[in-house]
Amino acid sequence: MNITVENLTRKYGTQKAVDNISFHVRTGEVLGFLGPNGAGKTTTMKIITGLLSPNNGDVTVGNYSVLKEPEKVKQLIGFLPENNPLYPDMGVIDYLAYSARLQGIAEKKIKPRIAEMIRVCGLAIEKHKQIGELSKGYRQRVGLAQAMIHDPKVLILDEPTTGLDPNQIVEIRRLIKELGKEKTVILSTHILPEVEATCDRILIINKGKIVADGTSDSLRKQATGRELLRVRIEDADRDRAFMELHSLETVALVDPLPGTSNYFEIQSHENVSSRRTIFNLCVEKGYTLTEMTPVETKLEDLFRDLTLN
Amino acid sequence: MRRSWIIAIKELQSFFDSLTAYIMLIAFIGFSGFFTWLYGTDIFLRNQADLKVFFAIAYWTLFFFIPAITMRLFAEENRTGTIELLLTKPVTEWQVVMGKFLACLLLVTIALGLTLPYYITVWKLGNIDHGATLTGYIGLLLMSSVYISIGLFTSSVTGNQIVAFLTALFAGLFFNIIFDVLASNFTGTTGTILSYLSLSTHYESITRGVIDSKDLIYFASLILLFMIATEMTLSKRKLSK
Repeated sequence: MNITVENLTRKYGTQKAVDNISFHVRTGEVLGFLGPNGAGKTTTMKIITGLLSPNNGDVTVGNYSVLKEPEKVKQLIGFLPENNPLYPDMGVIDYLAYSARLQGIAEKKIKPRIAEMIRVCGLAIEKHKQIGELSKGYRQRVGLAQAMIHDPKVLILDEPTTGLDPNQIVEIRRLIKELGKEKTVILSTHILPEVEATCDRILIINKGKIVADGTSDSLRKQATGRELLRVRIEDADRDRAFMELHSLETVALVDPLPGTSNYFEIQSHENVSSRRTIFNLCVEKGYTLTEMTPVETKLEDLFRDLTLN
Repeated sequence: MRRSWIIAIKELQSFFDSLTAYIMLIAFIGFSGFFTWLYGTDIFLRNQADLKVFFAIAYWTLFFFIPAITMRLFAEENRTGTIELLLTKPVTEWQVVMGKFLACLLLVTIALGLTLPYYITVWKLGNIDHGATLTGYIGLLLMSSVYISIGLFTSSVTGNQIVAFLTALFAGLFFNIIFDVLASNFTGTTGTILSYLSLSTHYESITRGVIDSKDLIYFASLILLFMIATEMTLSKRKLSK
């Protein structure tokens, strides 16, 4: 089920929370929604789920418009809101049955669906408890279970892994990845490794505008045209080694790292590698090269570049 | 309608799960039973085979109890944010309001149903007017519906149950007694209008055994007014924050 977001604008007062954004998500795609707090992630998700009306623009899920046929769209979407609101005094099974009925699932299919969700979300040992008695991680699983109870074509998850322990995080990510093969998934998060681990595509938004769109590889490439190496040279005078490295043809910038040992961060000119020239220099001068590590630009840096301004 | 029922049944269940329902039922039966049979101008003192005493007592007990059952319905969902999750399900705002309204009305119906032994007892004791008793119960249900819709509305505008309870009581007080008192202080058109607005005027004429379309229109329009106001409060969240 494809989702098309067109020229979406949403204001709170005079402040534009979402500013004329457009994007398209295809079936079988897991889209990671990244952005600092208050960037407009949750607002966009709320508009897609029909909780908020946009000031301008429209969202189409499959063939249905959120503005014109919200009830149809709501049936196609499973939603896990940001802080996962649940009814604490309801039992897990009762709550899932309630969600299933509201989604219009046939009465005789409800039991097998609940059993399936309890299995998929790993709720078996806690299923007879009240939601209020559950730990945060299990509540999150109940939230996921209610979002998926009607086997929706589209899943919208607002920070799905908050409050989970590392094991559960890995499990939920695996689950999302698996679901993403047949469904369309949009998830938002602050956690960058999470996006790299689960998402096929990343959308970074800042101040209501899309600032980057692509796979994690393509975004990383876009951010770094230049090679960056971390080099440690022993048996050499620090200042001389610095000068010599600096005079190499391929090297653009040498940055000696603080400390007593001869650590340098070396940035090459665009599209050339300095690995060979550095090695050759060391052979020529009789230095001992004990470390040469390529420094990858992390998604974190890209994120900071794009959102801090 | 099916979805309203699903919501109604869930809410009714949570009334019973949280003990609210039992407390309300026991307190209602206790109060109205005490004043109907044992104390003050009770049935034996009046020495008439009717339930007038009970209807007069229930007029007040329900006035206090209904805000107590409606206060949680939206305020709690507003506070915890479950209302947002509920509205992302394929239900309309109106279905949600209807569902919660039905849940309260069902609980009140159960409470009134438990007073049927009063009716049977009086019937065995003397020559009861079945018609007036029936309209009396209808009057109580209509009056309850008005308080339920007022309670739902005040609950929907706040995230605080106490605020919801007190404002519902305050708003209810106008219809319950204030308009009536004011009506007796004014003459002419103002007096007529205030007297028409007073719930007790319409309630009394129904309990006397007369179902007038004027009274029905009064109750129906008040119920609809507050239900629509509740629905609008829910829809409003779409537009602003």
